[in-house]
Amino acid sequence: MQDRKVLTETQINSELLWFVFNKPTRFWVALTISGLLFLSGVTAFAIMVIFGLGVTGLTTIVPWAFMITNFVFWVGISHAGVMISAILRLTQAEWRRPVTRAAEVLTVFALATAAIFPLIHMGRTWRAYWVFPVDFARGIWPSVRSPLIWDPSAIFTYLTGSALFVYVALIPDLAIARDRTTGFSHKFYSALSLGWRGTPAQWRMQVLAGILLSGLILPVFVSVHSIVSWDFGMSLVPNWHATIFAPYFVIGAVHSGVSGVVTVMAGLRIFMKLENYITQDHFDALGRLLTVVATAWLYFFLLEIVYGFLTLETAETAVRELQILHYPYNIMFALIFINSYLIPVPLWLFKRVRRNIWLMFVTTIMVNVGMWLERFIIIVPGLLYRAPLTFVWGDYTPSVIEVTLVVASFGLVSFGFLLFSKVFPIIPIADQKEGQAIQEDIKIGRITVPAVIRE
Amino acid sequence: MAEATRWGMVVDLDRCTGCQACVAACYAENNLPLNTEEMVVEDRAHNWIRIERYWEGEYPDIKARFLPVLCQHCANAPCEPVCPVYATYHNSEGLNVQVYNRCVGTRYCINNCPYHARFFNWWETPLPDPMPHYLNPDVTVRSKGITEKCTFCVQRIRRATRNAANEGGRQVADNEIQPACAQACPTNTIIFGNLANPNSTVSKLAKNERHYRLLEELGTEPGVIYLKKVDPHAKSTPERH
Repeated sequence: MQDRKVLTETQINSELLWFVFNKPTRFWVALTISGLLFLSGVTAFAIMVIFGLGVTGLTTIVPWAFMITNFVFWVGISHAGVMISAILRLTQAEWRRPVTRAAEVLTVFALATAAIFPLIHMGRTWRAYWVFPVDFARGIWPSVRSPLIWDPSAIFTYLTGSALFVYVALIPDLAIARDRTTGFSHKFYSALSLGWRGTPAQWRMQVLAGILLSGLILPVFVSVHSIVSWDFGMSLVPNWHATIFAPYFVIGAVHSGVSGVVTVMAGLRIFMKLENYITQDHFDALGRLLTVVATAWLYFFLLEIVYGFLTLETAETAVRELQILHYPYNIMFALIFINSYLIPVPLWLFKRVRRNIWLMFVTTIMVNVGMWLERFIIIVPGLLYRAPLTFVWGDYTPSVIEVTLVVASFGLVSFGFLLFSKVFPIIPIADQKEGQAIQEDIKIGRITVPAVIRE
Repeated sequence: MAEATRWGMVVDLDRCTGCQACVAACYAENNLPLNTEEMVVEDRAHNWIRIERYWEGEYPDIKARFLPVLCQHCANAPCEPVCPVYATYHNSEGLNVQVYNRCVGTRYCINNCPYHARFFNWWETPLPDPMPHYLNPDVTVRSKGITEKCTFCVQRIRRATRNAANEGGRQVADNEIQPACAQACPTNTIIFGNLANPNSTVSKLAKNERHYRLLEELGTEPGVIYLKKVDPHAKSTPERH
């Protein structure tokens, strides 16, 4: 049982809609910064299209590097929403309520950003639609044997599913906003709220849709990162073609995703002054969850290395050698271990750390730095290991363009997130009220009991 | 074509002198971009065929070994199943075909080729004057953003089969087709022909006891067969780096 502040419904409405109906300076500053970052990425992409991919640091030896790393990273972050919303919803963890929408919105924007990266990474982005079975005029269907066909299918399924997930949960809140606006905003919210009146029949449908979507999105949740891992697993590149990749990638995604949610929550709490809603209890609970997830991830991380050695293949051993012993990969390897496990997890064991917002903010960012490097160290050393044909020994240094694109992706996600929180309430209002109603004490005869006991 | 066809190549390493004539011929035939020093340093040079040179032994008893590496036209090609748009596929003549117009440039095939025989057009092909005047009209100049590789000079194969069909539908004779590299080779290191025909020169040479294929352990079943160097003083196993 956790203690919650009891807030009146009016207070909840006004506090959670404050950000939607007001325009604080800090919002515009943050929006401008992230918007400029995003624009720098657009510029970098334009340069890539005009001059060719030669402007990147990619070579014939390492044709996939920064952009694909970033793609895998954002797909990983996108696992946060479902982990928090669907799984915690189905397991009836009551504390999830205020953080669900932030997690889901993070999912949608992270996934949309991730989906951009394989596209701009193509040599001919303007022909990307050939990957979909839409171009009947050419008479050629996409090759379903290619993981690069499974990949867009999985990602777009997940994107559609999680967008629906956000929307269904948003409808009652849209109606609240509709009732408090006039003019264009009123029309906008009216159209989006689909005539929501809050009748019992509507609530029944909304709750049912939420539960159904939670259940349906779970298999997609597991499959999407498995399929992303098969982009590597189905290849003939040493270190990539590992059978352990699917569960390893999924657990890694959950690790970085939940960490990402904690970072965003801490940011929201500080940025939007939501201390009444995003409480230390949430950081405590997520900190405990992260301890378990991180340990499971570490198990797979070590297992993957051990399996590499177990094959006794020269190529596999050569890749491990490059990853663990050679500069700069040895530094990255150490950073992954230190950042994603060695420092955060022992810290999270202490309640005082878990309840300290700034410490959680910093440790979860560390986790994601480590997880980004983890993807990099999976992708690049496999390509430039010392192969038997020595004429193809190479090296890789990212160019300014690639670094800009990676930075811009963070700008894009925060830009989308900020815009969303400007237009829609980022804490689910109706859900919050429901949680409070469940928790309220009711009188039965002469005794007072909690309305519903969960947790 | 009535006859079963599997185009293949035999590279007799005992004959190779490492003169690079094949490399030069390939450039001229296939409209490759000029490999500037910068491109080579950047690992972005286009070498549809390259001579890998290995040093064997210690000074003064040191020997140079040459290994021409080109697309192996694998029967079980790792590059093919990973292409989402069928830009690379296996045709009925055993060729690993690259269709430039279909390529969207995912570069997965480049990753997956263990021979590193695939090249990406990082820039628009630079064609400084007078290069445009001596381009081979039979071969496409590849645009930026697509992958290319050795085609076994498919334009020559097509011309020969067309000629044969026009001359009363006869079979293409053995050794009638020569890729540019084979034609330019002064020592006849490179022999091209139909591996499916047991009487062809390549088939007979491929049965030589010196035959081996590159990275055979990967199970790619290359269509390029190498004949080991004859060297009475060679160590029993060549040194691997």
